[in-house]
Amino acid sequence: MTVAATFEIRFTRYLDPSGRETAPLPSFAADPSALVPDYRAMVLMRALDAKAVAMQRTGQIGTYASTLGKEAIDAAIGAILKDDDVLLPSYRESGVLMLRGVSPHRTLLYWGGDERGNVFPESPRDFPFNVPIASQMPHAVGVAYAMKLKREPRVALAMCGDGATSKGDFYEAINAAGAWRLPLVVVVVNNQYAISVPRRMQSAAQTLAQKAIAAGIDCEQVDGNDLIAMRDALGRAVDKARSGGAPTLLEALTYRLSDHTTADDATRYRSAEEVKEEWKAEPILRLRTWLHAKGAWSPAQEQALAREAAAQVHKVVQAYLDTPAPRPAQMFEHLYARLPRQYAAQAAELADETERDVEHHAS
Amino acid sequence: MSSITLVEAVNLALARAMEEDSRVVVIGEDVGINGGVFRATAGLQSRFGAERVADTPLAEGLIAGMAIGMAAEGLRPVAEIQFAGFAYSTIDQILNHAGRLRHRTQGRLSCPMVLRTPCGAGIHAPEHHSESPDAMFSHIPGIRVVYPSSPAKAYGLLLAAIEDPDPVVFLEPSRLYRRFKEEVDDDGVPLPLDQAFVVREGTDVTFVAWGAMLHEALKAADELAADGTFAEVIDLATLKPIDYETVLESVKKTGRCVVITEAPRTASLASEISANISEQALLSLLAPVVRVTAWDTVTPMFRLEEQYMPNAGRIAAAARKVLEYQ
Repeated sequence: MTVAATFEIRFTRYLDPSGRETAPLPSFAADPSALVPDYRAMVLMRALDAKAVAMQRTGQIGTYASTLGKEAIDAAIGAILKDDDVLLPSYRESGVLMLRGVSPHRTLLYWGGDERGNVFPESPRDFPFNVPIASQMPHAVGVAYAMKLKREPRVALAMCGDGATSKGDFYEAINAAGAWRLPLVVVVVNNQYAISVPRRMQSAAQTLAQKAIAAGIDCEQVDGNDLIAMRDALGRAVDKARSGGAPTLLEALTYRLSDHTTADDATRYRSAEEVKEEWKAEPILRLRTWLHAKGAWSPAQEQALAREAAAQVHKVVQAYLDTPAPRPAQMFEHLYARLPRQYAAQAAELADETERDVEHHAS
Repeated sequence: MSSITLVEAVNLALARAMEEDSRVVVIGEDVGINGGVFRATAGLQSRFGAERVADTPLAEGLIAGMAIGMAAEGLRPVAEIQFAGFAYSTIDQILNHAGRLRHRTQGRLSCPMVLRTPCGAGIHAPEHHSESPDAMFSHIPGIRVVYPSSPAKAYGLLLAAIEDPDPVVFLEPSRLYRRFKEEVDDDGVPLPLDQAFVVREGTDVTFVAWGAMLHEALKAADELAADGTFAEVIDLATLKPIDYETVLESVKKTGRCVVITEAPRTASLASEISANISEQALLSLLAPVVRVTAWDTVTPMFRLEEQYMPNAGRIAAAARKVLEYQ
């Protein structure tokens, strides 16, 4: 017998859960204050997230998928991608979208049941929230293929969860990206649960990163709760994609500190002890501890940031509440570039119904 | 002007579109050096290069999904699925994404893609190679479904589908790929979408058909003409959205209608068209609208395909029933 192939999976981490450096830092982290904007974004993400959950509980929005615990991943992607790159998010990436310039009130609109939540005028090439698991991955292949065909130094970055790596779309996409050496970066946000099914039941593979080996593309496991590790790994992957190198898959290890969505109750399938333990590794405290130790952040700054975040959250909520309800006719708008004449009768029927409802409520 | 087959017309339209618009790309399994299993993409790769005429890995969901990504990024992808039986795995992408992208982004992103696939029975192909998914695709909002019945229609409608700013599922009757030739002028002029064509005028009964079934309907019309009854034959051409104006105008004139489809009857387009005629032209009807369809069975393997598909005899028999209805 001879060995046809062997592999090893790199794991990248610079800060341990207590915020201590475990390896010489990459050059971008030499000046800790350079990471303060990322920290601020993470704190704002968490404040917005807490508000969104509260709004669901009080009936102001519908079911909402919390971002609690993945803030470092989102902040790093937001920091590394350029404006004309294309993000293909799953439904849990409102944090990244905020950093892409998308007003967070759109996230509330989206979970508030309004199509206008997917209108990102500030980041017009990015894809909308993607709900059917892993189905965004083939889109990312097409986007990256188009970029390569047009000889544009741009990158497509697709995000999915650990459960998504079990789907055919995921394999089909990374396989094709490898075959064509596309400018694609895949970030698998491994938050350990696909609703109730834990990572170990999802696959017998030791890492999810190694699925990329079968596709012939580079991969790496990263501590997704370590902002410095995420920025480092992403920076390398995105640079390589942009320079015509090849695609990369990053498995970002994190933990879903929230329920799957507000419609879920995670106490049914995991223990309070487990969650308590995971809180010790969460990304915001880790980064703050490190910034404090480096003298780049102070308790006074933290207090000021909390006030700023609260004000920002208030503004976002107000923008959401100030958005007029969608008009029924919107169902037919943008269905096609130009609505075929065959739809006129149905659209008129809807208008009549709407009229009747209005009269009914008025009487 | 030259006399060509339907599959040659598809090839001609693809070449024309690629020549005129550098955004047009062709992707699919074996579309490159092999020129497609039916030869629909023959010669395109050597002419336009392997980047614009790309063999994909063998993954239909990927093909449909990546076409969506390409379209959103400004290309005009024309994706080939080798046989209709394999197109079912694209439905997730077409339904959840292609048909929704424009609407769910309120016009911010759009999806000008074409998904081509040969379909229908009658060529003695293996299992899963003879399906008729026209109704399944037509149920999907936000897309068009187009089904040519001749070389000239294939040429003009495919050009129109590629130019269209929204997703189009383009179903090609494999049975007609090489059945007859027709004069086609490679003038780059598209035929209108969303429009049915009256291909034969008549006074006594209306036949609504598309694809290969159109030719069975025409044969049935010949049979009836020998008896002195005259069928008007409509080629539906665009199956979504359906041009009911043309259908209703004809039915109001003839008072009788037979709708023919190669797909199973239940929830078929024949059922849909019949329901619309009842709603909108009941008082013009002299007889119930009759559907001539494939059976509500699985598509059989080819030894029984002749008994599965509607044919001129069944259509003529249905027409006689309708004509004799008291």
